[in-house]
Amino acid sequence: MRNRVAQHVQQLQPSGIRRFFDLAANMEGVISLGVGEPDFVTSWGVREACIASLHNGHTSYTANAGLLELRKEISRYLVEQFEVEYRPETDVIVTVGASQALDLSIRAIVDPGDEVIVIEPCFVSYAPLIELVGGTAVKVGADAQRGFSIDFDVLESAITERTKAILLCFPNNPTGTMLSKEELIQVSRLVEKHDLLVLSDEIYAELSFDEKFTSFATLPGMKERTILISGFSKGFAMTGWRLGFVAGPTDIIEAMLKIHQYAMMCASTMAQYGAIEALKNGRQDIEAMKKSYRRRRNYFVASLNEIGLDCHNPGGAFYAFPSVKETGLSSQEFAERLLLEEKVAVVPGNVFGESGEGYVRCSYASSLEQLQEAIKRMERFVKQFR
Amino acid sequence: MQLTEKELDLLQIIEENGRMNIDVLSKMVELTEVETENMLQRLEEKRIIVEYGAVIDWRKVDNFEGVTAMIDVKVTPKREVGFDEIAKNIYRFPEVKSVYLMSGAYDLSVVIEGKSLSQVANFVSEKLSTLDSVISTTTHFILKKYKHDGTIFDQGEDDRRIVVSP
Repeated sequence: MRNRVAQHVQQLQPSGIRRFFDLAANMEGVISLGVGEPDFVTSWGVREACIASLHNGHTSYTANAGLLELRKEISRYLVEQFEVEYRPETDVIVTVGASQALDLSIRAIVDPGDEVIVIEPCFVSYAPLIELVGGTAVKVGADAQRGFSIDFDVLESAITERTKAILLCFPNNPTGTMLSKEELIQVSRLVEKHDLLVLSDEIYAELSFDEKFTSFATLPGMKERTILISGFSKGFAMTGWRLGFVAGPTDIIEAMLKIHQYAMMCASTMAQYGAIEALKNGRQDIEAMKKSYRRRRNYFVASLNEIGLDCHNPGGAFYAFPSVKETGLSSQEFAERLLLEEKVAVVPGNVFGESGEGYVRCSYASSLEQLQEAIKRMERFVKQFR
Repeated sequence: MQLTEKELDLLQIIEENGRMNIDVLSKMVELTEVETENMLQRLEEKRIIVEYGAVIDWRKVDNFEGVTAMIDVKVTPKREVGFDEIAKNIYRFPEVKSVYLMSGAYDLSVVIEGKSLSQVANFVSEKLSTLDSVISTTTHFILKKYKHDGTIFDQGEDDRRIVVSP
C-alpha cells in the first residue's frame, strides 16, 4: 500500500509533552504542576451568557470573522487595556483559540523556504506550525543567565535574507519571563532595520504581575508590522471554549480571513456570546485571578529557591522554570524520576526547545495546599543529590 | 483607614484562609516572617482583623445538625439611642450570631443558631419578643445552606484538568 500519510506530517515530531502525559495519566495520587491552564472555572456570568444564547436560539454560523458585536468588544478591550486600536470591521478575526490565530498568522505570511525566528524555550506548537507550511523555524536560545530574556546579538545574528518574522511570546510559556518595554523597543529596532514582521503571542498579557504589559503593536512604527494574537483561555479562564482572536494590519487580516473561511468558517457561536459577556463584565474576575496567581507565584518561587532549585522570578503567566542542573540529572530524567518517586508531575524543559534543557516547567496554577505538598515532595527528592 | 497594598494583600489572603502558616504567608506577600507577624499584629490591634473564623458544615457531623433561623424584627426606636440600644440587647444573647439594621419592611435582621427547632422557638417567644421595644417578629428557618460567607457547600474539589498540557 502506498504511503498514506503526507511526508511533511511524517517528519513532524510529536509533542514531547505527550509521552510524559501518558506516564502521568496512569498514576494515582499525582500532584500535577504540568497543567498549562488556569485552575479556575470560567466565571458564572460568562457561562450563563452562553447558556442564554442557546435559549435564544443563536445556533447558526456567525460572520467568518466572528460576531461584529464581539469584534467591537475586542477592539474596545484592546484600546482600554493595551492602548492599541484596531477597526473591528477589517482588522480583527475571532478564531478557534489563540492556537488557530497562530496557525492562521503563520499560514498567511510564510512561504516555503521562509524563515521565522522563535525565541526558545517556547510553546511547543511554534516550530511545527512553521514547518507545516514549509517554513523554517530558526531557533534562538533565550539568555538563561538573565531570566530567559532576549540576547539581542544572538537574535540579530540569526536574521537572514529569508527571515520573514520574529515570533514573540511574553509573558512566556514556559519560562514566565516578561520583556520590559526597553527590550521590546530593541526588538522593534531590529524589526525595522531588517524589514520584518512580528507575530506577538499575547495570550498571557493579562497575567503580568510586576509591571504594566506593553503590547508590541503600541511601539512606534510597529502596528503595521505586528500580528497580535490573543484569546480568552488564560486571562478569562476559558481554555475549553477554544476562543481566541487576532488583530493586525488590514491586508494581512484579509489574507488570514481567506484561509479561515475555508478552514474553519467561524468560531463556535455560543462561545462567542460567552466571550462578549466576558469582555463586558468579566474584567473584575481577571483581577481576582491575577492576584491569586501572583501570591502563589511569590510563595512557590521563593520555596523553590529555598529547597535549592534555582529559579528566576517570572514576571507573568503561571509558570516557574527552575534549574535542575544541580541534581546532575537531565530535564527528562528529573521529571521522570520526580514523577515515579514522589508523584509530582512537571514538564521537562527540553520539550520547549534545546535551551530549556536543564530546567523544568512547573505550573503554579494549583491550590496552595497542593503547591505546599509539591514543595515538600520536591525537597525530599532533591535532597538525595546533595 | 488607608492601608498599604501589602496589608490589603495580607487581609485578602487570611480572609480566605485564616490558618495559613506564617512562612507561607510571608512568602506570598513578599515580606519576612517577622514583618508579616508585626503587620498582622497591627491589623489585629486596630480591630481590622476582628477574628479568625472557620466555615463549618455541621450537617456532616453526627449529633450536630443544628438549626439556623433568620428573624425579621420590628422595633420602636428610642429617643437618643435610636436602634442601637435594642440591637445591643439582642446581640448579647449567645444564640444570636448576627444582627443587622435593615431598610424596608422591618428594622432588625437577627440570625439565631440553636440545637433544635424548639430551642430557637423558645428563644424567639421567651427572649426576643418579650424585649421592650420589640413590636413583632417573623421567623424564617434555613432549610439548607448552599453558600455561606462566600463558601459554596458540597462543592466538588476534583481537578478535571489533564495532568500535563501545553
